[in-house]
Amino acid sequence: MQAAVIVFPGSNCDRDVAVCLEAALGHAPLMAWHGDASLPDCDLIVLPGGFSYGDYLRCGSMAANSPIMRDVVAQAQNGARVLGICNGFQVLTECGLLPGVLMQNKGLNFVCRNTHLIIERNDTPFTHHYAQGEEIIIPVAHNEGNYFADDDTLKKLQDENCIAMTYAPDDNPNGACLDIAGICSPDGHVLGMMPHPERRAEAALGGDDGKRMFTAIVETLS
Amino acid sequence: MKATIQITLKSGVLDPQGKAIENALGQLGFDGIGEVRQGKLIEIDLQAGNAETARAQLADMCEKLLANTVIENYDIQLDSAE
Amino acid sequence: MTLHNRHINETEITDAIVAEHGLTPAEYAEIVAHMGRTPNMTELGVFSVMWSEHCSYKSSRKWLKELPVDGPQVIQGPGENAGVIDIGDGDAAIFKMESHNHPSFIEPYQGAATGVGGIMRDVFTMGARPVANLNALRFGEPSHPKTRHLVSGVVAGIGGYGNCIGVPTVGGEVNFDASYNGNILVNAMCVGLARTDKIFYAAATGVGAPVVYVGSKTGRDGIHGATMASAEFDDASEEKRPTVQVGDPFTEKLLLEACLELMASDAIIGIQDMGAAGLTSSSVEMADKGNVGIHLNLDKVPCRETHMTGYEMLLSESQERMLMVLKPGREAEAEKIFQRWGLDFAVIGELTDTNRMQVSHEGREIADMPLKPLADGAPEYDRPHVKTPPAPALSDINHKVPVDAALKQLMNSSEIASRRWIWEQYDSMVMGDTIAGPGGDAALVRVHGSHKALAISTDVTPRYCLADPVTGGMQAVAETWRNITATGAKPLAITNCLNFGNPERPEIMGQFVGCLEGMGAACEALDFPVVSGNVSLYNETNGAGIMPTPAIGGVGVMADLGKAVGNGFIETGHSIYLIGETMGHLGCSLYQRAILGDRSQVAPPPVDLHAERANGDFLRAAIDGGLVAAAHDLSDGGLAVALAEMCLKNAIGCQIDNLDDRPEILFGEDQARYLVAIAPDSMAAFEAQAEASAIPIAALGKTGGADLTIGETIHISIKELGELHESWLPDLMQ
Repeated sequence: MQAAVIVFPGSNCDRDVAVCLEAALGHAPLMAWHGDASLPDCDLIVLPGGFSYGDYLRCGSMAANSPIMRDVVAQAQNGARVLGICNGFQVLTECGLLPGVLMQNKGLNFVCRNTHLIIERNDTPFTHHYAQGEEIIIPVAHNEGNYFADDDTLKKLQDENCIAMTYAPDDNPNGACLDIAGICSPDGHVLGMMPHPERRAEAALGGDDGKRMFTAIVETLS
Repeated sequence: MKATIQITLKSGVLDPQGKAIENALGQLGFDGIGEVRQGKLIEIDLQAGNAETARAQLADMCEKLLANTVIENYDIQLDSAE
Repeated sequence: MTLHNRHINETEITDAIVAEHGLTPAEYAEIVAHMGRTPNMTELGVFSVMWSEHCSYKSSRKWLKELPVDGPQVIQGPGENAGVIDIGDGDAAIFKMESHNHPSFIEPYQGAATGVGGIMRDVFTMGARPVANLNALRFGEPSHPKTRHLVSGVVAGIGGYGNCIGVPTVGGEVNFDASYNGNILVNAMCVGLARTDKIFYAAATGVGAPVVYVGSKTGRDGIHGATMASAEFDDASEEKRPTVQVGDPFTEKLLLEACLELMASDAIIGIQDMGAAGLTSSSVEMADKGNVGIHLNLDKVPCRETHMTGYEMLLSESQERMLMVLKPGREAEAEKIFQRWGLDFAVIGELTDTNRMQVSHEGREIADMPLKPLADGAPEYDRPHVKTPPAPALSDINHKVPVDAALKQLMNSSEIASRRWIWEQYDSMVMGDTIAGPGGDAALVRVHGSHKALAISTDVTPRYCLADPVTGGMQAVAETWRNITATGAKPLAITNCLNFGNPERPEIMGQFVGCLEGMGAACEALDFPVVSGNVSLYNETNGAGIMPTPAIGGVGVMADLGKAVGNGFIETGHSIYLIGETMGHLGCSLYQRAILGDRSQVAPPPVDLHAERANGDFLRAAIDGGLVAAAHDLSDGGLAVALAEMCLKNAIGCQIDNLDDRPEILFGEDQARYLVAIAPDSMAAFEAQAEASAIPIAALGKTGGADLTIGETIHISIKELGELHESWLPDLMQ
């Protein structure tokens, strides 16, 4: 199984997610530079968290226009699985692989804390190691995590079962519509989520609810 | 030529920053303030043949990068005097 | 400002111009003597920043030399960009703390942000990847009209910069006091990791070697920032806004990655970041340390403004820039790396054999100065100092408030209340190695890929320092040492940020000398040497100074992080012990000020360094032996507050039935004490070890339940304690 982590200027969770992938895969993923015109064929592409391009203009806007993203989009359209975490989720909405937009947190402050998430859809390559409706703990760390889409788009997300995970009642850290923490494409192959599973993948760091996201995708693709 | 692009949120999109500004103005004692919306202003110096090509170029820039047309509108002002 | 038709060097140097540059007539006379002639304007500018208090430490050097700086764990003590200690297995920790007080008062977001940026550069310029940021903040009293704005701006700035660059902010401290009303303190600390055989220093050697500039373009930011930091504020200070630098954390992230990439090769001879006094201080320090000369051609400096004079380019404090000396021939290889990361790279000069700094611009030589006097020639002042008179003991105590109400009030007070509102705005988890983040006694950050962890803490109690500088200085070091010990880690070394008022006032200088004396004694007794530090003087407004605030930043190492303990109860049915003696010292305590309403100047609790050492070593050994479930050192608010904090961590209450419940016992701030939770089957071994080591311990009660109960006098639900503790700061800020 070939996995790649795209590194944009200003990405800063690339190493963190590579560590989790390596633990699940048994070998290190490819670290792919944003400026490369092409990406080797991958089964899994990960867009990591961070502040690509400093979050300037709009979060993920300039990263979405990086040379390598053309290939990422093409591979996604050809069946590659794509996981976007935090800034990566923002890039996915900016490049059109997922609908909607991540806006500034309702409280207008950066928030870093654990959140309780509900797994709303557990038949994607990323979430099938969780039970349907399972509540897990994963931390968030963002200033622009407030998921927004117009009513038609929200309805479509619901009808097509594309809401992958929500914040537990009273635990929404950013005001996102319908408490959306993560969404996926209708076939579940592309997942974008604001919380950071790679920060909750070992007991020493407080808990390992996030580990099953990596074991799930590795199992699917191996 | 100098272009000035105003990027604003589409009406109906929640603007927490605008809301915060509205509240702060109220607290400062300004009466009669209605809704406040916050946008962005981008200034670009460009060399283009004529105003028409410049406008086309700028619109392309807005569509591709400068504005997120899911939630934002853009308005292009061009000053050919420079 | 910029003279197009007349060169700035043609300006006649008048007494007024000398004074504007922050130099005394005597200092100016020495400069003339060193130069052998009248300096021109550019040369005067260069001398003025190198001889400013901030860069030359002229008021403090004499006293700093007395601090203990050695130990087997010290690889590099004070004098470089940051301190370096050996943490075993070929690993080194590199760290320092720095102040950005004056800029943060004027423009809180950017002042704090650039403070964080600057200290991180000091660390990665030595080849260390930054792995943890901490900060020590002092604000005015909560009701002061500027406080909320300053808190909001400073916190947003620290978060905005640190979060973007991707280094976790894992700890710190915040105090509120009226003495900081006109002078807030923002001290930023950074810790990085490197291999002991791959550490980079500033010294530049090799005549002819290229001097290279990398990073952001140069603008007019912060010109004379170094002199601003050396001057008191007066009512006209608000107009100083244009001199504050603006930071770009995105560029710093690129700079960090590019530098670390180049450092993996052996192309670099010396490297220094451009901080206070920008290009000037880095050039002077690198060349002087290498005992060579340097020639700069300012035409090559990347500028983002037009028509910058040489004076402006030399003094600019534009951020995110580094100066390097490369091995001849390696320029192309280095340039390729910086270009890939989108950064400017320019060869702007070369090393010479003149021991002088020579600068050319637009075809003329605009400055020619001897290096030694620039680097080391600032006078070393022995300013008159007057010892703080001994404060009387606290007397005439009238305990009018019942102890349970007093505890509630303290939990909901500015100095004890939860700082969650602040630290949830910091990314404390990025880099995936934060074992214990904000809220613990010390932060624990794993050394990536190992089972080792760094333990890091900042501390000082300024009100103790005001009442008795020697004791206060001792206590600051001792408490930092205790914070680290309470996790199970071994304290190794400290950095410090010495924040004081106007040193030209003998009583302030007396505070400085006294605090350093206390610090030195504690460093010696606890094997906790100083490896780096920073001095910030002139923290006064209209003649009113801050409390003496020698902020200590301590680093230790946990050899096996599996053995680390936290500071909250983890289970019901554990026994709670107090380690250390309690005499009931209320002088200078929060209880005295907040509950008795008595802010009179009285003697602070004495520090017994022998007891600190003995009690701490005992606790560390007990933790290492697996006997301890949780540990918390006692400080502000004393025993009752520490118990409450241990209950709140995991919402597990306690029943204390073996404690004298008088206020002096509950709230006295006697030093050298810890609270520990011990599981039933470890109690015998723990007690035996205490006896064998002759350490005073007392069994107080047990963990469990939904309340904090002390005898008959205190019975408060954890829920209520939590609400009091968590609400104070959000209520202030909303």
